[in-house]
Amino acid sequence: MVITRRVEFSASHVCRIPRLSDEENGRLFGPEANPHGHGHNYVVEVSVAGEPDAVTGMVMDLKELKEILTREIVEPYDHRFLNYEVRPFDRVVPTVENIARDIWERLDAGLRGAGRQLHSVRVYETPDLFVDYCGEPPCSA
Amino acid sequence: MFRVTRRYRFAASHRLHSPQLSEEDNRRVYGKCSHPYGHGHNYVLEVSARGPLDAITGRALDPAALDRLVERHVLAPFDRRNLNVEAPVFAGAVPTSENLAVEIGRRLTEGWSEEFPGEWPRLDRVRVAETANNMFEIGADEIR
Repeated sequence: MVITRRVEFSASHVCRIPRLSDEENGRLFGPEANPHGHGHNYVVEVSVAGEPDAVTGMVMDLKELKEILTREIVEPYDHRFLNYEVRPFDRVVPTVENIARDIWERLDAGLRGAGRQLHSVRVYETPDLFVDYCGEPPCSA
Repeated sequence: MFRVTRRYRFAASHRLHSPQLSEEDNRRVYGKCSHPYGHGHNYVLEVSARGPLDAITGRALDPAALDRLVERHVLAPFDRRNLNVEAPVFAGAVPTSENLAVEIGRRLTEGWSEEFPGEWPRLDRVRVAETANNMFEIGADEIR
């Protein structure tokens, strides 16, 4: 069974590669390369897979999951400029793919528990663009 | 491996009516979707692609390239159109959202290499929402 908790954070970012010219960054990232940065209301859906506990009937206490997500994601990411304030985005371009992977890496070990594990991370950069990441090996369709 | 999904919108009209069924059977099978002059929907289309991260850009997909592909092969021919009359494929098939999802998948598969000539990203799935309550999804491996 897969359970999902949703959290939101607002942050600014800029997608550009420092060693490339403005023109090349514009070609690769379009308006996302604006050097002054811009922001999004990110929405994150974290899914945990496991079997419901025989006593509690829960895969995981959703309140505990909410606390983990608040501590590991919302607190470091919310109302920050990702490139300047949140590692590893001082050296990794904060594309929505890289944000999904960073969130996976922040959560993976801590969510392993009796009969449960992190299943997938979905990050919406806007309502019209989102990424699913399930670690490696690849997500099934 | 990442799956990246982009959402698009188009508005179109259609009528569900099969020439292989009697008038009575059409009314029974399709109900109000079979009313003779057709009706419209605000369709929401999700296109998903799958791939590894590009080592330079940190992206699995260039959304602008997908936008161009979808504009050319789906939005331009379907937006503000009457699907029965203006989409040749629906001269011979009922424009249910199942058939529409297959047709969109077929068009994107055919045009894919125009924007994505490499091994990755690959088309992963197409999802059509006819209304907020009806959704139709097909995997790329089901599209022929």
